Amino acid sequence: MMPSAFRGANSAPSQRPLDDTRAPSEGDGVETSPKIGDSVARTTCYMCACRCGIEVHLRDGQVRYINGNKDHPVNRGVICGKGSAGIMQHYSPARLRKPLLRTGERGSGEFREIEWDEALAIASERLAHLRSTDPKKLAFFTGRDQSQSLTGWWAKQFGTPNFAAHGGFCSVNMAAGGLYTIGGSFWEFGEPDWENTKYFMLFGVAEDHDSNPIKIGLGKLKARGAKIVSINPCRTGYNAIADDWIGIRPGTDGLFVMAIIHELLRAGRVDLDYLLRYTNAGWLVAEAPGTADDGLFLRGADGEALVWDRHRAAAVAWNASGAAAALSGSYTVDGTPCVPVFQRIAERYLDPNYGPDAVSERCGVPAAEIRRIAAELAHVAFEQEIELPIAWTDWTGRRHATMKGRPVAMHAMRGISAHSNGFHTCRAIHLLQVLLGSIDVPGGFRFKPPYPKSAPPGPKPSGKDGGKPMTPLDGMPLGFVAAPEDLLVDDAGRPLRIDKAYSWEAPLAAHGLMHTVIRNAWAGDPYPIDTLFLYMANMAWNSSMNTVETIRMLTDRGEDGSYRIPFIIYCDAYNSETVSYADLVLPDTTYLERHDCISLLDRPISDADGPGDAIRHPVVKPDRDVRPFQSVLIDLGARLGLPGFVDDDGAPKYRDYADYIVNHERMPGVGPLAGWRGEDGQSSGRGAPNPNQLDRYIANGGFWHHEFAAEERYYKMANRAYLDTAVRLGFLPKAEPIIFQLYSEPLQKFRLAADGHGPAVPPPADRERIRTFCDPLPIWFEPLEQAAVDAEAYPLHAITQRPMHMYHSWGSQNAWLRQITSQNRLFVNAGTAAGMGLVDDDWVWIESANGRVKGQIKLMDGVNANTVWTWNATGKRKGAWGLKDDAAESNRAFLLNHAIGDLLPRGVNGKRYSNSDPVTGQAAWFDLRVRLRKCARGEEGFAEPAFPKLRRPPGLPASPDELSFGAQFNPTRTDAR
Amino acid sequence: MTCVPAATDRKLGLVIDLDTCVGCQACVTSCKEWNTGGQMAPLTDIHPYGGDVDGVWFNRVHTYEHSTAAGTRTVNFPRSCLHCAEPACVTVCPTGASYKRKSDGIVLVDEDKCIGCKLCSWACPYGAREFDVAVGVMKKCTLCVDRIYNDNLPEEDRVPACVAACPTSARHFGDLGDPASAVSALVAERGGVALMPELDYQPTNRYLPPRARTDRAPKMNASPLEDASPHGGFLGWVDRMLSR
Repeated sequence: MMPSAFRGANSAPSQRPLDDTRAPSEGDGVETSPKIGDSVARTTCYMCACRCGIEVHLRDGQVRYINGNKDHPVNRGVICGKGSAGIMQHYSPARLRKPLLRTGERGSGEFREIEWDEALAIASERLAHLRSTDPKKLAFFTGRDQSQSLTGWWAKQFGTPNFAAHGGFCSVNMAAGGLYTIGGSFWEFGEPDWENTKYFMLFGVAEDHDSNPIKIGLGKLKARGAKIVSINPCRTGYNAIADDWIGIRPGTDGLFVMAIIHELLRAGRVDLDYLLRYTNAGWLVAEAPGTADDGLFLRGADGEALVWDRHRAAAVAWNASGAAAALSGSYTVDGTPCVPVFQRIAERYLDPNYGPDAVSERCGVPAAEIRRIAAELAHVAFEQEIELPIAWTDWTGRRHATMKGRPVAMHAMRGISAHSNGFHTCRAIHLLQVLLGSIDVPGGFRFKPPYPKSAPPGPKPSGKDGGKPMTPLDGMPLGFVAAPEDLLVDDAGRPLRIDKAYSWEAPLAAHGLMHTVIRNAWAGDPYPIDTLFLYMANMAWNSSMNTVETIRMLTDRGEDGSYRIPFIIYCDAYNSETVSYADLVLPDTTYLERHDCISLLDRPISDADGPGDAIRHPVVKPDRDVRPFQSVLIDLGARLGLPGFVDDDGAPKYRDYADYIVNHERMPGVGPLAGWRGEDGQSSGRGAPNPNQLDRYIANGGFWHHEFAAEERYYKMANRAYLDTAVRLGFLPKAEPIIFQLYSEPLQKFRLAADGHGPAVPPPADRERIRTFCDPLPIWFEPLEQAAVDAEAYPLHAITQRPMHMYHSWGSQNAWLRQITSQNRLFVNAGTAAGMGLVDDDWVWIESANGRVKGQIKLMDGVNANTVWTWNATGKRKGAWGLKDDAAESNRAFLLNHAIGDLLPRGVNGKRYSNSDPVTGQAAWFDLRVRLRKCARGEEGFAEPAFPKLRRPPGLPASPDELSFGAQFNPTRTDAR
Repeated sequence: MTCVPAATDRKLGLVIDLDTCVGCQACVTSCKEWNTGGQMAPLTDIHPYGGDVDGVWFNRVHTYEHSTAAGTRTVNFPRSCLHCAEPACVTVCPTGASYKRKSDGIVLVDEDKCIGCKLCSWACPYGAREFDVAVGVMKKCTLCVDRIYNDNLPEEDRVPACVAACPTSARHFGDLGDPASAVSALVAERGGVALMPELDYQPTNRYLPPRARTDRAPKMNASPLEDASPHGGFLGWVDRMLSR
């Protein structure tokens, strides 16, 4: 144990204070013990989605310094490049100051300041009308916020199915791919066992999720000498310190993983015991082509799936006592031919088409490299097995003397997610981990509570009636479909949601498709809406594909001269590009001025050793007439009289968000925060509201974290002690094991529907697509846009990433961060550039089938030869974000989004689908193909397309020409300059 | 011309692990944040929202590609004052503003004596000096002299801001003049190097080099994968395994 005097991640002997920290008598007059602040407030960072604990030092009402909270489970005292720049975010001149009402044309930026009463009256009158007539005409979509359990519930109570957050254009493939397979996922609901893993594979851009835990973890791996293998077209960031860098071709990770699976199967290097205990590998799949049961599991009378018992030579329930399931062979049960799932897996991936030699060229990875990595994985998993001296009991009651582990762990995020084949690729990575027996074992990939849940988790999406006047939905708008009849489509198979989530075009769209909303609303497809209510999502700029066209759609008018999207309400803390396209602007606070809760009902701060949640609380008072969005939403809910937001007498039920956080109960005893529940504050998980709950959180540093007992920490999918605890804490309805779904029956049901079986079948035009992409085992297919464009005309893949000091940082125009990156270059492989006659610093047109963008190149060796990449969202529009007219962001930086189509080319069925994963609807940002053309003389030096300057809203100050923040704190001077 | 002490009681400095640094800029902004309100406050930013933005930073990270016999690699390289034993920036200073502390070896600037002549920035071969145009004086890394001895901070926090912040644990701090110190042991173990020692300014800070790819990769000794059962096929192997 570390001595208690040295807490946190950076507490090695070489990182501690001097043995004697008394100031030496140097006699140079330096003040070595200046006062830092008057007080320290411990709250939660919001410079990205990572949710680290921070200590905010305040002096004379101003923020002096922010550092990491050493006790916090997420960041253990460290803080990232964004977190320390939070001061500049908080004091940004781009902060909105007062509600704004549009006075000029939409997009002109002409507003007048109005009072909150007027703003809320305008909003509530409009919304009240929609609620009483046709609630689905409100489309309510939120960006990178962390309050979806509130916003989703608000949409439910309002009665609109048209709600989602930003996951559809972010990482729903990672969520859905994991949740439908293992009942957990990368980042949010799982993490590598940083303390014990010996071999870590990192797929694709992962600097987005999550920030500090991965960095802390990488530091631990380095300190222990564990091997780090990165599979990424770009050798930047985390990849720079990997032991092996596999510079793979974008969109081929699935093939690469399946070739490794091929090798492991070929060599018999898979964990059969693990497969039998924790997966559906032994479950029997019907082989009855042409029937409605083909490919479904055989089930007993009680509905339990059957396995073939090798001893009894008979089919028995998978959970029958003593069942010895076969993993191979063909059987006939009650006249139905069937095979175990594992037989299907082996047949598929042992096919030479999945062998290293077959995939090598497409992946751009030598076959020998694939074989070597497969051999290394097998070696570490099976020759370097670890064993923790912790006894545990599995769900069947069997006692295990130790916890055995196969110390191989994997992580993937945006790089896998942002391809149209990302769902299947994510499933393939989890399949690989499961075959190695490395999920939730020591050294493997571990679940974070409240996960694992059943695969897929329980609630289905609500809104099948399309939303009825004055009627709440019967459940939350977002959920998990398990079969075609769960889709939100009408009798003709047409989408019921404006974003077409849970339709045949995106059946497993667990996070919605925010990136399709503006186009669909503009086109009135599937129907027109009235009000688009957006929060914290820059949809008129970097959060949309096809930005030029998106801006046009936001301002387009119908034949009657009115806007095709009639009314836009936007809530944001900063003057982003989207502000100019709103009719009503509701100014939010900064993260230091508000309450928030990072809830187990939503996206908590749990780690694998225990559940946790956290709050933000106001540590400084706003100096502007702004209100926190969530409090405004609660106010609107009360003004509308939404059930749950008012008492029986119609009075507002909650004073503000803080009041809601403490007193709202989703189920009896279960509220937004799990810690210090019960009137005496003694309960965790379940308990009555505690009026002092927020004070308890604040006293504890802004978070609650429960440490599991040692016997609960691994094998959570089948660990009796864990499962019992999960039920007690409200995570699971019953203490039943989670069986990993290597073969996904829900997907097979969609396939059967495509063949005309079942209660819901796709329209003819969609059938082939459903049949192809809803494969119950992971498949690889060429990314959709790539497959549809002329690869010779557009020979290069184009992808983006955000710099680590800006990832997820809302408004990274901040005065400090922009000094690190204010112009993005297009990075081109040096050899590739030489072949094209391009040299460093050339200006080029980046041309795609969708459009073209102009930017400046930078050559590098560490990028796949067929790939170009750039920093995303560095380019800003002139006039936005408080930047001056000569800022690099709006002159030399470029936004690749202009070249990324939001629709795929027209298919053989005549339809244009969104540029998304066909299973989940995840935006396929990284499928882009481009060619480069050197600029003509005179075209160099400025990025294109250029847009008219946005007008600065009334009330916002001009940004300063000089910043001497901190002068007021100088210990030796009183004449602050 | 300003004299430097013949010897210092301690040689305080940083040890930076280039094998672990991912270039995340955490040390850069935490340094900026602390020091813009610290001993040399402010660290002025000129045109902070404009096209020719120019700010004072005591610590910057550069990323570049480095060619070796085994191919190129990406290196993230944090750069700040190295607190040299023979600092050219001090000896060149005409007013005594730049000086090296005898007690701990930290190189500082006394702003009251600095005339902004910039000779020190020309003399420093490491580019570690930062001129504050608005204030008219030279500024630089103080090794957080206002943190490491600060009675107003809990004892455990008395380390440079960059060391406390670093998310990958790539930064270390201590007395490099004491061979028994933890940082000295780390330098010895990892073959830490001084930058451009041939110039003989005797920098205190040390960098731990990225390990050569062949050395740093843990030895796997993984045998090539052989067919599980050349005769019965894979599924035959499964049968045999389950029949054990």
